[in-house]
Amino acid sequence: MQTFTYERVRTPAEAAAAAARTPGAKFLAGGTNLLDLMKLEIETPAHIIDVGKVGLDKIEPTPAGGLRIGALVTNTDLADHRTVRRDYGLLSRALLAGASGQLRNKATTAGNLLQRTRCPYFYDTNQRCNKREPGSGCAAIAGYSRQLGIIGTSDACIATHPSDMAVAMRALDAEVETVKANGTTRTIPLAQFYRLPGQTPHLETTLEKNELITAVLLPPPVGGVHIYQKVRDRSSYAFALVSVGAILQQDGSGRIAVGGVAPRPWRVETAEKLLPAGAKAFTAQLLQGARPTKENAYKLALVENTVAAVLNEGKH
Amino acid sequence: MDESNDYLFSRREMLVSTTLAVTGLALLNVTGAEAAPVPVSLAKVSFAVNGKPHQLELDTRTTLLDTLREHLHLTGTKKGCDHGQCGACTVLVNGRRINSCLSLALQHEDDAITTIEGLGTPDKLHPMQAAFIKHDGYQCGYCTPGQICSAVAVLAEIRAGMPSHVSASLLEPPRATNMELRERMSGNICRCGAYSNIAEAMSEVAGKDA
Repeated sequence: MQTFTYERVRTPAEAAAAAARTPGAKFLAGGTNLLDLMKLEIETPAHIIDVGKVGLDKIEPTPAGGLRIGALVTNTDLADHRTVRRDYGLLSRALLAGASGQLRNKATTAGNLLQRTRCPYFYDTNQRCNKREPGSGCAAIAGYSRQLGIIGTSDACIATHPSDMAVAMRALDAEVETVKANGTTRTIPLAQFYRLPGQTPHLETTLEKNELITAVLLPPPVGGVHIYQKVRDRSSYAFALVSVGAILQQDGSGRIAVGGVAPRPWRVETAEKLLPAGAKAFTAQLLQGARPTKENAYKLALVENTVAAVLNEGKH
Repeated sequence: MDESNDYLFSRREMLVSTTLAVTGLALLNVTGAEAAPVPVSLAKVSFAVNGKPHQLELDTRTTLLDTLREHLHLTGTKKGCDHGQCGACTVLVNGRRINSCLSLALQHEDDAITTIEGLGTPDKLHPMQAAFIKHDGYQCGYCTPGQICSAVAVLAEIRAGMPSHVSASLLEPPRATNMELRERMSGNICRCGAYSNIAEAMSEVAGKDA
C-alpha cells in the first residue's frame, strides 16, 4: 500500500471542505472496497478523509412518506430495519444476498453504491484495463468474460457493477442526495447516477469531484410482491451471474431491474409494459441491443429464465 | 576505523563492503538515483482491546489486523487472504463481527474490540470454544479463531431477530437451523472442511441459549 496522510472529520461540510483543499484525497467510510484496492495499489490516494464518524447513520421517514437512509447506514442495519423489511422487502433481500455477514457489518449505503467493478482484469495490475489505466486497452473482451457484461458495455469496457443493493434501489426509484465541495446539495435519481463506459470507463458516476453522498432517498412504498432472485456459482458469498429484482402487482404490472449484466443496474421502464405478456417478450425488449461475448452469451437465456421464475413465484 | 590502516581490511570486511556496495547499486537501479524516500505518515488512535485501553501511534496504513498481531502481540487473530475473502481475521467491534484485514486501525477511535483472546481463556473457555472442541470443529486450526468469533456473533444476530438470505420470512424471528447457520457463516472459509462440525458446535450453543 502506498503511504497517505489521514484526517478524521466530524461533519459532511468539513469533509467536503477537506477534500477541496487536498489534492488526491479520497473519502473513506467502511473501507471494505477502497482498502482492498489500496492494498493492490489500484487506488493510491495521497490523503484519506475518514468520514466514518460524521453521523449520517440514521434511517428516517420523509415528509413524502418515504425513507431517508443516511449514507453511513451499514448494509446490515439497512437490511434489518423494520420499515425496510416490511415495506421495501426487495431492498432487504438484495442486501442479504450480497457479500458476507462481516462485510455487511462494515459496508455502508453510499460505499455500496460506489464500489468498483470486480472484473478480474481490473484487479490484475499486470493486465490491460481501460478503467484502471485509461487508454491501455481491455484484456477482458477477448479474455475470460463469462461473468462480465452483455449490455450497456462498450469496446473499451465490459465490466459489470457488482452491487445487489443498487439493483433493488433502481427498481425502487431511489435518489442519491449529495453535498458538493462548495456546500450546495442536490439529489440525483439513481437512474442518472451511473454513467455507461463509452470511451471513458474510468468515469463511473455523475458525481462531481469531491462531491459527497449524504443519503439515499426512497419514495413511498408501492406495495406488491418483492422478490430478489440471484443466480451465482455458489449459493452464498458470490457475485451474481445474473440477478433479478422485482416488484410485482396483482394486476400483472410490475418493475424489474437486473444485475450482473451491465455497468449499472439494468432497468428499461418501457419493457415493463410487456410484463403481462410474459418473460420472453419482456426480456427481448429489456436486452435489446445486447452485445455478449462468446463466453457470456448464456446470460441472455439466463436472464429470461430467471425472469420467468420470478414472475411465476410472484403468482403464488 | 583509523584512516591510516584502511588497507588492512580483513577478507571478511572486504566481502561485506562489496556486498553492501552491490546492494546499494541494485537499490539505485530500482528506485532511481533521485527518488527521495517517501516519508511514512503517522497518526494516533485510541481504542480498547478485550477491555484494555490502548493509545497507539501508527503508520496510517496499518490495518486493525496488523495492529492486533504485530503491535499488541495478540496473534490469535489470523491473517489468511488479507482481502476480506476468507474470514480468518474476524474480530468483534462493538459486538459486531468484521474482517479486521479490511479496516484501518485509525478507523477504530473509541471502539471496543474483542478478539479470540478476549472471549475465553484455556482455563475458562467461552461456551463456543468448548463446543468447537467437543464437536471437532477444526483440523489445522488456522481459521478457528475467526470461525469462533464469527459464530458467537451469528448467534447474537439470530437472537436479535436479524433475517438472512435463507430466512423464509423477513418479519418472523429467524431460528438457528442448520441452513441459517451455514448461510450466515459463509464469510468464514475452512480449507480442512470442518463445516459440518462447526455447524453442530453452533447448534449446541444455540440450543443452550434458547
